[in-house]
Amino acid sequence: MNPVNYLFLAALLFTIGASGVLLRRNAIVVFMSIELMLNAANLALVTFSRMHGNLDGQIIAFFTMVVAAAEVVVGLAIIVTIFRSRHSASVDDAGLMKL
Amino acid sequence: MSFPLLTAVAVLPALGAIATAAVPAARRTAAKWLALAVSLATLVLAAVVAFRFDPGGDRYQLTESYSWIADFGVRYELGVDGIAVALIALTALLVPFVILAGWHDADSLEGEEGPNRRWRPTQGFFALILAVEAMVIISFEATDVFLFYIFFEAMLIPMYFLIGGFGDRAGPHGEEETAKQRSYAAVKFLLYNLAGGLIMLAAVIGLYAVTADQLGEGTFSLQAIVEARQAGELTMGENTERLLFLGFFFAFAVKAPLWPLHTWLPNAMGESTAPVAVLITAVVDKVGTFAMLRFCLGLFPGASEWATPVIVVLALVSIIYGALLAIGQRDIKRLVAYASISHFGFIVLGIFAMTSQGQGGATLYMVNHGISTAVLMLIVGFLISRRGSRLIADYGGVQKVAPVLAGTFLVGGLATLSLPGLAPFVSEFLVLVGTFTRYPAAGVVATLGIVLAALYVLVLYQRTMTGPVRPEVERMPDLRKRELLVVAPLIALLIFLGVFPKPLTDIVNPAVEHTLSDVRMTDPKPEVEAAK
Amino acid sequence: METSIGLLVAAPLLGAAVLLCGGRRLDRVGHWVGTALAAASFVLAAVLFADMLGREADERSLHQHVFSWIPVGGFQADVAFQLDQLSMTFVLLITGVGTLIHVYSIGYMEHDERRRRFFGYLNLFLAAMLLLVLADNYLLLYAGWEGVGLASYLLIGFWQHKPSAATAAKKAFIVNRVGDIGLSIAIMIMFSTFGTFAFGPVLDSVGETGEGTATAIGLMLLLAACGKSAQVPLQSWLGDAMEGPTPVSALIHAATMVTAGVYLIVRSGAIFEAAPTAQTAVVTVGAITLLFGAIVGCAKDDIKKALAGSTMSQIGYMVLAAGLGPIGYVFAIMHLVTHGFFKAGLFLGAGSVMHGMNDEVDMRRYGGLRKYMPITFVTFGLGYLAIIGFPGLSGFFSKDKIIEAAFARGGTEGWILGGAALLGAAITAFYMTRVMLMTFFGEERWRNAPAPSPERPDVEPVAQGGGEYEVPRPHESPRSMTVPMIVLAFGSVFAGGLFSWGDAFVNWLAPVTTFEHGHPPISAATVTAATVVALLLGVGLAWLQYGRKPVPVVAPRGSLLTRAARRDLLQDDFNHVVLVKPGEYLTRGLVYLDHTVVDGVVNGTAAAVGGLSGRARRLQNGYARSYAVSMFGGAAILIAATLLMRAV
Repeated sequence: MNPVNYLFLAALLFTIGASGVLLRRNAIVVFMSIELMLNAANLALVTFSRMHGNLDGQIIAFFTMVVAAAEVVVGLAIIVTIFRSRHSASVDDAGLMKL
Repeated sequence: MSFPLLTAVAVLPALGAIATAAVPAARRTAAKWLALAVSLATLVLAAVVAFRFDPGGDRYQLTESYSWIADFGVRYELGVDGIAVALIALTALLVPFVILAGWHDADSLEGEEGPNRRWRPTQGFFALILAVEAMVIISFEATDVFLFYIFFEAMLIPMYFLIGGFGDRAGPHGEEETAKQRSYAAVKFLLYNLAGGLIMLAAVIGLYAVTADQLGEGTFSLQAIVEARQAGELTMGENTERLLFLGFFFAFAVKAPLWPLHTWLPNAMGESTAPVAVLITAVVDKVGTFAMLRFCLGLFPGASEWATPVIVVLALVSIIYGALLAIGQRDIKRLVAYASISHFGFIVLGIFAMTSQGQGGATLYMVNHGISTAVLMLIVGFLISRRGSRLIADYGGVQKVAPVLAGTFLVGGLATLSLPGLAPFVSEFLVLVGTFTRYPAAGVVATLGIVLAALYVLVLYQRTMTGPVRPEVERMPDLRKRELLVVAPLIALLIFLGVFPKPLTDIVNPAVEHTLSDVRMTDPKPEVEAAK
Repeated sequence: METSIGLLVAAPLLGAAVLLCGGRRLDRVGHWVGTALAAASFVLAAVLFADMLGREADERSLHQHVFSWIPVGGFQADVAFQLDQLSMTFVLLITGVGTLIHVYSIGYMEHDERRRRFFGYLNLFLAAMLLLVLADNYLLLYAGWEGVGLASYLLIGFWQHKPSAATAAKKAFIVNRVGDIGLSIAIMIMFSTFGTFAFGPVLDSVGETGEGTATAIGLMLLLAACGKSAQVPLQSWLGDAMEGPTPVSALIHAATMVTAGVYLIVRSGAIFEAAPTAQTAVVTVGAITLLFGAIVGCAKDDIKKALAGSTMSQIGYMVLAAGLGPIGYVFAIMHLVTHGFFKAGLFLGAGSVMHGMNDEVDMRRYGGLRKYMPITFVTFGLGYLAIIGFPGLSGFFSKDKIIEAAFARGGTEGWILGGAALLGAAITAFYMTRVMLMTFFGEERWRNAPAPSPERPDVEPVAQGGGEYEVPRPHESPRSMTVPMIVLAFGSVFAGGLFSWGDAFVNWLAPVTTFEHGHPPISAATVTAATVVALLLGVGLAWLQYGRKPVPVVAPRGSLLTRAARRDLLQDDFNHVVLVKPGEYLTRGLVYLDHTVVDGVVNGTAAAVGGLSGRARRLQNGYARSYAVSMFGGAAILIAATLLMRAV
């Protein structure tokens, strides 16, 4: 199969993820969408690695997976804490970034 | 290698500042004595510098030179000429008196409430004063432009805290307003000087770029640049030189302060305590005028000549404008501040008259103005601390109840109006004569300043000290021992330097000759001789 | 001998330092210390004078270089003294009259708790005045010049609790400073023209420069002289200066300091001779002032202010003479010395009268005092005869010579100047007779004088502290006060004759100031006769008005001229309208501008930056998703830009 198709898939996944992040309010869903984007990036990296016969891409993909796993641990913990204190997982409610 | 005397003069107060800050909170008095002892030791070292300095010797003496940031050609280079020696002596001399005068300014008050309730760490106050002293001294010593720049700017930090943290409690509009005014003054001081400093930084970098371009490797060393210029190895383009000059001059004109960049000074001097006000105007501001002489004229002779007409006019405006505003003030400390602006006009005028009398007079003026303003401002501080008000209208008849205070106040005032026999007369007359020989019209206009000076000093004296005794000042105590100890030696010095300024002129004259030769200027010949 | 010139200045200076720094410990002996040091200076001056007389006329000038004062480049100012016949004359006058007035003050200031300080100031004045006349260069002279200004300031304002005294002192200093500008500019011109400002070189080489420069220097020196010697247009301070204690008025504002301007002009004679325009200006100022002062003197009811007007007028005579060149210098100085005697005597007499009258100064509340104060009456009377130029007394000789010299100027100018001087002599006789009659003759108006009238708050019957009005009990003053008056009366009577005996004074001064005989268009005898007629006319008119008719206790409204003269011919009103008010508006306007415009520009910049960042802050709305949009948007733009660049 033409590897370019994998790239289209990756782009599609990234778009879905990005729209999820931008459009959904629920922090858990936003979080999952971010995972989707990360994996889209991973897919693209692996595809490029395959296309160019260079292993760097695959190595970076592994790193990304480790970082993503760490992020899930920390991120979920934060979301749960916020949910506990505010009884809501909506990202718009957490307006603390404003000065 | 000989003992690094110049480093020692600067490092001693710096170490003293750290030590003073480290004194435990409960032992406030010990911190005061420590600061006083350090400042006196610095004075001794400064005296050693003055005696070791040979007026007939090299231009820069007691030099020290080490590579510091080799990649950018920054060196730790110190050296003093006569002008720097005089100003270091002035700084070292004034700081002990400033400390003594501010002995109780940073004591915490019992039961102080409201917005004026603040953490008044005595240690911090005295440590900051010593820190300022260290930085000012090293600015006078630095012959590396970058090294100078660093301390020129770093000085702002302790000054900011001194102004903002230890203000005058005798504001005219109640405590809350006073606190607001104080923080406004501190921020204004910082922003003005920072703006000047940043423009100078650009010029400093520009200077590096020019030297790197032409000499192969960049340097900040004043001597190296001046020598390269004179040897013809370094030629700046006309516009480059002018831009760089303006960058430097702007910073110094803010610091000096020259009209119209002066408005931070009345706020800063009005809101800070009297000793800090003395530190601002008598010590820190002198770095600005000193740097005009050393860096503006030394590095950019062509551009200095080009800018002279404008600067002379600005200086004249400062003289007249400062004096007129002093007449219009209702607040004693602001009056002294505007008087200082007028005097800084004289200093700048003397520098850019480009005659040996003008520049020699300007240098003497820096020293004499330092002492005379210190006398006047410190006595004003003593006066204000007694009555708790800065408004002229709140006083009257003080002479009757506190004759010594009034007498010393009058002497300080007479020094401010440059009465012959007191030091400022010598310098003011030199500046006037030096200006007149090159720009007669400017000399005549500046002379008007001496009438206006008489007006603001005597009106102030009349309104505060003479007339019927106001009930509020009836119980005002006369000067205390400590206060007299601050004022008397300074007055003695004013008289000594007014009658016999030769020791000072002997040190300053050769340095002025060097500076004049930097700008390739000679004194105008007397008309009669020129005609022959 | 040379080395002792400095001691002349040092003695009173030491006195000033000791008395002013000594504190209350010296309160009991302070006046003796001050008087002793003034006397020491006088004795030394007398010794130097005897020594000088023993030498040939052209070897009389002594010179002492003490130390180098301000050496900067070509600017070499030295502390160096020069004692020639001109300086000697002044030194003797200053120390002599000065010592007498010290003695007088011991009695006059007896009840003042700050007497020690008073003597300190008096000694300071002596030191500064001696410095002024002994300096051998203009800069050192300037130091003395400002020094006497300071002493005058301190002494006029000696009773500082009185607002009027404090104001008068300030006014005197500031008006003098205006004059001082002239002196300092003159020194600057000298330095830039000749490269020096020592008397010798400047006066010798003044011919080498153009007339324009000499005129500029001359006019500037004249400005200085106007300030110090209370000449029109800078005369307004002298009347107010009478707020000071009377001995001060006698010493500083009559006998010595105010004559410094005459000294300056005579000393700088060579400059004025090289600048005819400046000379004309000098005689014009002199002539105007001698009439101005005389007119003011006629209208004043305050005895000291009447005498102050007279001082102004007499100095006008001296300035006029000094402006006439070599035909007048000697007579200017001669009149200065005789005036020093009789005017000091008159002021001390006035002080003695006030001393016996509860410090009352309004002559309308005097009258018939000759019975109660015989010594004062006689000494004052002799001074009176001297000042109006009664033949045979001091004033006659000196004033007559000046009038003669004025005519000798020649041409229309000579007639105008001479006429003015004659008219002045007549008015002098009028106002001095008026003073004499109102004070010592007529009915005893003080017995029934009403309490101080509200229209004249400046005339307080009880100077210190106000209080209830009590009828004064006139009495003669103590011996310490009458003795100096007697000595000065002797001077008033005999000095003029002594000086004219075989032209002694002319021969004495001629080597220094140069002298030429003037040739008036009319004979000298005619001039003398005219002077005597003018004098009799003035006395007669005054007697008609104040001797024959009773003097009202409250001043009548008077004619327009009288009212103007009472207000110093509207000088103060003029200054107020032309200088003070606009000055006030200017400073007020500037204070406002400094706050709004100069500060405003900077604050405006700050506000603009602040406003801009306020806008920018709204972008930070706190919604995580809006940040995300901008991130995506930004990334998209970046990528698009990169691709575009690639494509190009």
